Amino acid sequence: MEKNMILSGVGGQGILTISYLICHAALEKGLNFKQAEVHGMAQRGGAVQSHLRISDRVIASDLIPSGSSDLILSVEPLEVFRYLDFLKPDGIIITSTIPFKNIPDYPSETDLMALLEKLPRKVLIDTKSIAQKIGNPKIQNMIILGASLPTLGFMPEDFDKHLTLLFGAKGEKVVEMNRQAIRSGFELAS
Amino acid sequence: MNQQLLLGNEAVGLGAIHAGLSGVFGYPGTPSTEIFEFIQSKAADCKIRAVWSANEKVGYEEALGMSFAGKRVIVTMKHVGLNVAADPFMNSSMTGVNGGFVVAVADDPGMHSSQNEQDSRYYADFARIPCLEPSSQQEAYDMMGSIFDLSEQNDVPVMLRLVTRLSHSRANVMPIPAPRGQNALAPAHDWKKWVLLPGNARIRNIQLIQKQDALTALSEKSPFNKLTLAPGATLGIIATGIAANYVKENLDDFGQPVHFLKICQYPIPIAHIRSILDASQEILVVEDGYPYVESRILGLFGVPNKRITGRLSGALPRTGEMNSDHVRAALKLKVRESFQFDAGKIPGRPPVLCQGCPHADTYRAMQEAVKVHANSKIFSDIGCYTLGVLPPFTCGEACVDMGASVSMAYGAASAGVYPSIAVIGDSTFIHSGMTPLIGAAKENADINVFIMDNSLVAMTGAQQTMATGSALVDLVEKLGVPREHIVTLKPLPKHHEENVTLIRKELEYHGTSVLIPQRPCLKA
Repeated sequence: MEKNMILSGVGGQGILTISYLICHAALEKGLNFKQAEVHGMAQRGGAVQSHLRISDRVIASDLIPSGSSDLILSVEPLEVFRYLDFLKPDGIIITSTIPFKNIPDYPSETDLMALLEKLPRKVLIDTKSIAQKIGNPKIQNMIILGASLPTLGFMPEDFDKHLTLLFGAKGEKVVEMNRQAIRSGFELAS
Repeated sequence: MNQQLLLGNEAVGLGAIHAGLSGVFGYPGTPSTEIFEFIQSKAADCKIRAVWSANEKVGYEEALGMSFAGKRVIVTMKHVGLNVAADPFMNSSMTGVNGGFVVAVADDPGMHSSQNEQDSRYYADFARIPCLEPSSQQEAYDMMGSIFDLSEQNDVPVMLRLVTRLSHSRANVMPIPAPRGQNALAPAHDWKKWVLLPGNARIRNIQLIQKQDALTALSEKSPFNKLTLAPGATLGIIATGIAANYVKENLDDFGQPVHFLKICQYPIPIAHIRSILDASQEILVVEDGYPYVESRILGLFGVPNKRITGRLSGALPRTGEMNSDHVRAALKLKVRESFQFDAGKIPGRPPVLCQGCPHADTYRAMQEAVKVHANSKIFSDIGCYTLGVLPPFTCGEACVDMGASVSMAYGAASAGVYPSIAVIGDSTFIHSGMTPLIGAAKENADINVFIMDNSLVAMTGAQQTMATGSALVDLVEKLGVPREHIVTLKPLPKHHEENVTLIRKELEYHGTSVLIPQRPCLKA
């Protein structure tokens, strides 16, 4: 078993939390993993990516070779298109459809949606509406995390323990909202 | 113990703690910062001293003092930080150590967050000390188990060289079952070793040179350097540190046997190089950094009858971060097929100041105030505020190294530039801005220095700084700047007009003036 995933988004959107949780789930299953992330200057509102590799064998490179990623998982729709070279010819794209506009030349939403629709294998998620239904706009990244689970071979329950560790201090309600977000993403992508 | 989920930097920190560490010193700098922060998070439980230093030179010397006292110590910095600490670094190889001393330096091939991609292995070579370069998080942890012994037994500081990709990548790491305790306090008492008067230093220099053969022999015996000769192979691959992984990623597809030498401990293991050269017709050298090993093998005139390829020959890119795709091309393997889709041109998304950042308000006021001076020049410095040189602010025409804003503004003013403006953060000011300001203030140089006081070290993740608010104002006054020309600003949109007026007034003043915008970072 080997799964490679590119995680993309904009600095501050919580992609490090997604990869951190997936790594913990992999650790508990006794799998090997490597997860390369971006710190420092690039984190300040710029394009950020994380390479995540999970395997039952030894993993050599921390970076995913081009054409080797099973999945691009994105919390921002434009960012998807920056990393397509990493994706396998039959790879899947899962992304939030909610734009994060902090550049003057951001494409029109119509053009961007048309481009997304053209992708062959994709799961497009209106994370904003789902997060609003659950009652917390900050959990959009957890919905996206949930949507990656069918491809990676994990279940929503695999994250219960670490959600409590990560958000327990903020109260049981916050933990439950995150749990719900992961489940809703999982169901959409299953 | 169970497996743990650790960044490369955290694996170094945990390994150091388990090897009997008593202290960590350093200055924050991407990609090195998390080594210190990880140890700091365990410091109280493990009785380890962990407080950031004013700069890398100070941190290095504090660490050397702890080694002098007999304790095991690590000092952490980014690659360019070692330039700041170069004086004690070079001289500590002359004094040698008492307690085990490790200088952990994180290089940044590809310049993800840095102004150059200098390779610290040259520094280790320059100082004639051993250097360890882990290829994985587990190996980083494992190396810490022997690196302090290497230092103590050979009476030398030892460098641990990391690169961004390993520092900032997580993996599962298995710790050892029984960590070692700390050294007892046992200060050195050998003045001929520790007092580098010329008479002593000449002897120490010869002793250091005499150690070199033994250090090379240790590299040749090191479990971290691994030579595998394959029957029937004609190609030999030498890969250093993390670059070994990029080779392994391609070997299954290569299909033919290759001789393989992985180098993770220096001085260069000469006997291994001899063996792989003798066994191969062609050698590919793969390094994440400068072509250090490649150029050492080539010397001035190359190796007769052998083809040596790598970054220098053009088989691999001359600059930038190494990866498995580059190695694949060097091995002449077919490019991996990837997803085909024409997305057109995707606009770039460079880093920007956070929404609501106090620096943005200062820059807006600065931009407007400076407008009336056609010949003004702004010298920026290292930190979040460097982003102010980009649109929409475009405040800054030079940015070189920590503290250079103040000294370059002084130099430019001396040449006739007016207004000559420096922009520096509060932590960078403590690091290296105070010293040039003393000289400038003494001469009453015609410069305006903005010290952007956001009360912490922002870019590297909100570390504590040493002087903020009124303490910073007092400090600037004591450095020789008259109180009436130390002007504090409140960088908020509602104070914009008032700030523009205050800045304009100071620009008109022909003498050393300091403006301090005070508002905590949003991450505070």
